[in-house]
Amino acid sequence: MSLASDFVSHHNYFVTILLMVSGLYIVIASGNMIKKLVGLSLFQTSVYLLYLTPAKIVGGTAPVLDDKFAVYSNPLPHALILTAIVVGIATISLGLAIVTRIYEVYGTIEEDEIFSSDGEI
Amino acid sequence: MKHDVILRIGAKLILPFILLFAFYVQFHGDYGPGGGFQAGVMSAGMLILYSIVFGNDALNRVAPRAVVERFVPIGALLFATVGLAGPWAGKRYLDYTPLAHDVVHAREWGILLVEVGVFITVAATMTTIYYAFTERGQT
Amino acid sequence: MEAYILMALLALLAAITIAIVFQRSLFAVVILAGIYSFLMATVMIVLDAVDVAMTEASVGAGISTVVFLATLHLTRAREYPRPRSVMLPLFVSSVVAAVLVWGTFELPRFGAAETPIHQHIAPHYLKEAKRETGVPNVVTAVLADYRSFDTLGETTVIFTGGIGILVLLRGRRRKRGEDKDAVDPGVRDA
Repeated sequence: MSLASDFVSHHNYFVTILLMVSGLYIVIASGNMIKKLVGLSLFQTSVYLLYLTPAKIVGGTAPVLDDKFAVYSNPLPHALILTAIVVGIATISLGLAIVTRIYEVYGTIEEDEIFSSDGEI
Repeated sequence: MKHDVILRIGAKLILPFILLFAFYVQFHGDYGPGGGFQAGVMSAGMLILYSIVFGNDALNRVAPRAVVERFVPIGALLFATVGLAGPWAGKRYLDYTPLAHDVVHAREWGILLVEVGVFITVAATMTTIYYAFTERGQT
Repeated sequence: MEAYILMALLALLAAITIAIVFQRSLFAVVILAGIYSFLMATVMIVLDAVDVAMTEASVGAGISTVVFLATLHLTRAREYPRPRSVMLPLFVSSVVAAVLVWGTFELPRFGAAETPIHQHIAPHYLKEAKRETGVPNVVTAVLADYRSFDTLGETTVIFTGGIGILVLLRGRRRKRGEDKDAVDPGVRDA
């Protein structure tokens, strides 16, 4: 197996890793809490991709049964990720609610400013 | 955005179809892509679009905040109650078999009821989230 | 063919991600995240996950964007550059990426039908779902029947999330002047 065909067959995983690592980078490097949450959701979405990629069969179709088709992609990861997306928005909204409360108390959503104003007290 | 005629008329035209599509997705979920989660989010999206165009007071008349908040636990409770049919007939929890005389029929009914429970909770929670964030900004 | 469409879509996805990383305006970040969600939904359709794609398009691009924008309205829409160096996060992410890429080489080829994931329980669902539950959409059958305990748990999590948000945001906002510990936002903007 050549390197090029290896790259094509694992291309999905490489992009998944790029998304995941970008999310991780934003969470560590950015001090802004809203951007941190966007980074978290990037990380989360990359996990969806990680689950759905191995479920796909080339030449298969969506798992809605019909006599005309014989090959279907794996339905189990779909069911797991479907619920994960809706739970994801509930948890991200909870995070944003906490950010809103932090802004109301501290007047900022930058992490280092919150830490320094905590130090002064 | 209350005074923009095109936006208002356009929204009025499109809103019923969003709701219709949400119900189609809900009840056709057994035969095609869709189900309670998607339909719940879509109908909440319909309410949010209504509120963005006509204002929060208009939304409060159509779907009062207190009522929407009541529905958040009702859906989850409906799901949990449907599950109780199993133990009531001496089967395991969330076994739908006692819901009808025929097993396949019973499981179809179980799936339908459970999806309705999911729909109620998801739609109510998403609308509640929208209410919580927007009414916070108005004080 | 599917693989090449997928490659193009994923390249766009990667480009959007890089733009999100370097963008300082939070408003632009939120809109880019909406575009990202739509692209992700398209990728999911190519991956045959139609139910998931529908959810991602309505949740990720719809509700999520609305909630983020509402939060920006309640807080502020700009990220301030920090003096801290980016070397540490860059190093950590690179190391994690290298380890993950190394692990990728053990994974089966994309789209192969004989991989372990397609052997365990999925064939049973695909073969028996219609006969056992009367529902042709296998995802719905797995979600609401075979694995309804999972779904009950997820519904409870959504319920809990909604209650948490109500607890945090319900009621009137406290005026910032009443809180002595608060930092005056005018100071930092000057």
